[in-house]
Amino acid sequence: MRHILSVTVENEPGVLSRVAGLFSGRGFNIETLNVAPTLEEGVSRMTITTFGDEQIMEQIVKQLRKLITTIKVVDLTELKSIQREMCLVKVNAEGERRAEILRIVDIFRCKVVDVSVDELILEVTGDAGKIAALLQLLQRFGVKEITRAGMLAMKRSMQE
Amino acid sequence: MAQLTGAQILLESLLKEEVDTIFGYPGGAIIGIYHELPNYPFKHILFRHEQGAIHAADGYARASGAPGVCLVTSGPGATNIVTGIATAYMDSIPVVIFTGQVPTPLIGNDAFQEVDIVGITRSCTKHNYLVKDVRDLAKTIKQAFYLATSGRPGPVLVDLPKDVLSDSTEFRYPKSMHMRSYNPHTEPHVKQIKKVAELLSNAKTPVIYSGGGVISAKAHKELIELARTTQTPVTSTLMGLGAFPGNDPLWLGMLGMHGTYRANMAINSADLILAVGSRFDDRVTGKLSTFAPKATFVHIDIDPTSIQKNVNVEVPIVADCKKALHALNEEIGRLTDTPWKEKNQGWLDQIQAWASTQPLQYDNTGPEIKPQYVVECIYELTKGDAIISTEVGQNQMWAAQYYHYHKPNTFLTSGGLGTMGYGFPAAIGAQAAFPDKLAIDIAGDGSIQMNIQEMATAVSHNLPVKIVILNNGYLGMVRQWQELFFNKNYSWTCMDAQPDFVMLAEAYGAAGYRVTQTEQVLPTLTQAFAIDKPVIVDVRVSREENVYPMVPAGASLTEMLLI
Repeated sequence: MRHILSVTVENEPGVLSRVAGLFSGRGFNIETLNVAPTLEEGVSRMTITTFGDEQIMEQIVKQLRKLITTIKVVDLTELKSIQREMCLVKVNAEGERRAEILRIVDIFRCKVVDVSVDELILEVTGDAGKIAALLQLLQRFGVKEITRAGMLAMKRSMQE
Repeated sequence: MAQLTGAQILLESLLKEEVDTIFGYPGGAIIGIYHELPNYPFKHILFRHEQGAIHAADGYARASGAPGVCLVTSGPGATNIVTGIATAYMDSIPVVIFTGQVPTPLIGNDAFQEVDIVGITRSCTKHNYLVKDVRDLAKTIKQAFYLATSGRPGPVLVDLPKDVLSDSTEFRYPKSMHMRSYNPHTEPHVKQIKKVAELLSNAKTPVIYSGGGVISAKAHKELIELARTTQTPVTSTLMGLGAFPGNDPLWLGMLGMHGTYRANMAINSADLILAVGSRFDDRVTGKLSTFAPKATFVHIDIDPTSIQKNVNVEVPIVADCKKALHALNEEIGRLTDTPWKEKNQGWLDQIQAWASTQPLQYDNTGPEIKPQYVVECIYELTKGDAIISTEVGQNQMWAAQYYHYHKPNTFLTSGGLGTMGYGFPAAIGAQAAFPDKLAIDIAGDGSIQMNIQEMATAVSHNLPVKIVILNNGYLGMVRQWQELFFNKNYSWTCMDAQPDFVMLAEAYGAAGYRVTQTEQVLPTLTQAFAIDKPVIVDVRVSREENVYPMVPAGASLTEMLLI
């Protein structure tokens, strides 16, 4: 099962390689990874999506906590949370196709962030399902390139 | 306030940490530290290879319980200690390592003797640091000692660029250390402790399975009290030997691949396993699915990652072993109604029966010297009062089986990593910590040649370590596997070109003896142990003797090959 871990760490040189090394050294998988500073100075947040059964997830969480630079690990999968991903899509948009793509952009509430004679670059944010749906719809126009950010997630204020 | 250089700050900090001995090797990047060293009261031991220095720092730590300190230069000096760092890491030994580094402006430029030692050792240290500013140095050293010695201990490395060592600042050493990202949980959960006491009082066939954590937590007294009060038999991992007296009636001997018959049978029949400071390593459990099939598991460990890693545990307790066992003893004290002795008598009788039908044994009737006999002689002469180190392989297993350890910190061996070449420098480190004790390395002819150059160290520092080589002319443990599981295909395990170890010892200025007859073993060892200088005793033992019992890799503990 896929898990989303929110890991706050000391913002020190090498902290990313400690986390990445832990995953590779112990045979765990990282699906996506996002790192950025938090509001608190000197503290960064890593949002990691990973796979594993219960026992592996327990080890991943414990091993992350064991790293001296780790402040806190929360498995957001067990909580109500908001999840967002972002994707830039370069798509063929020649002639009449362009209008149809723009209609899809509208429906998905994407943005066109770059225009050329025969291509558009679209910016889309949403959960993984929305991005997958968009990419599927754009497939027939010819998706030339995509670049995706790792997942961002935040615990909802109201938990049951 | 006076300004001190980085080099001075390092040495002042070591004084604050009450370090008395530094195990090191100088070089270009740390010449500034060595320039200051004569102004300080440290005993510095100069090795012949950096690997010797790191193993000695580790041996010092295992024997004394205090952190060992190792100082080496950048580049090859740093890479030469990686094996020793990994050895200490696997066995949770507190060592603080200082490596030189090229000046900060040159880092990343492939400078002379530059290596990214922080990157290289990230996965085999508890933590490591590159100090980039002399103003961070004192705090970093404080953190390094704090991390190395607290929680689950381990090696911590501090990388010191040359310019940081020559820059100056005021020296302020922190009095205490708090880190928001590091808070080991040491207090046991009260309810869980109550549950364990209850389980123990209801168990019919309980076994305590103790490990190296009991020694590092200095919890041996609590362990002995628990076992004796509740009349629970104790087995131990290789790393845990010495925490429980080897001559106690409740002692089962070591368990696992080369464990005793009674220990492995007891595990197999146990209805309760109380694991303390041990981690269910594969050499201990054999085939996991059949390990202690009838048992409820209690697991006390300071490291949460050790718990639920290999086996499912009914009662996990993350705590310092000493505190947990102390709390458990108090709880047991309240259970005045439990007739411990009567309750466990049948179980102890069963264990006694296993011990008598299949004791540790070897055939000593032939003309050849049996390696087991040599270890027994060492025990007879020292009565468990020596510090024993081992190399890795058959010598290590015989030292674990046939020497009886009565006190913690008297058995130094590379358990987790299995590092050949560990024993001799480790014995040097232990001898440096306890100059008046007898420090003996039980070695094989293969392993001893991995760090034999430290004979010069032992001689020049008057550290009268005794090396007893169980010389069979083979890489004996690998040969044993080849014999048993690879159709006697002795591929490259025969070491037929050997130095003359007696002449070698004499060449270094040490004493050397050769023993070829069984009746010479005891008198020669007696003589060797009485000499106040390093000695090599080259004992020519039976060449194809095997270590038994043996559980083949991946088999169940009950599938022991016996003599």
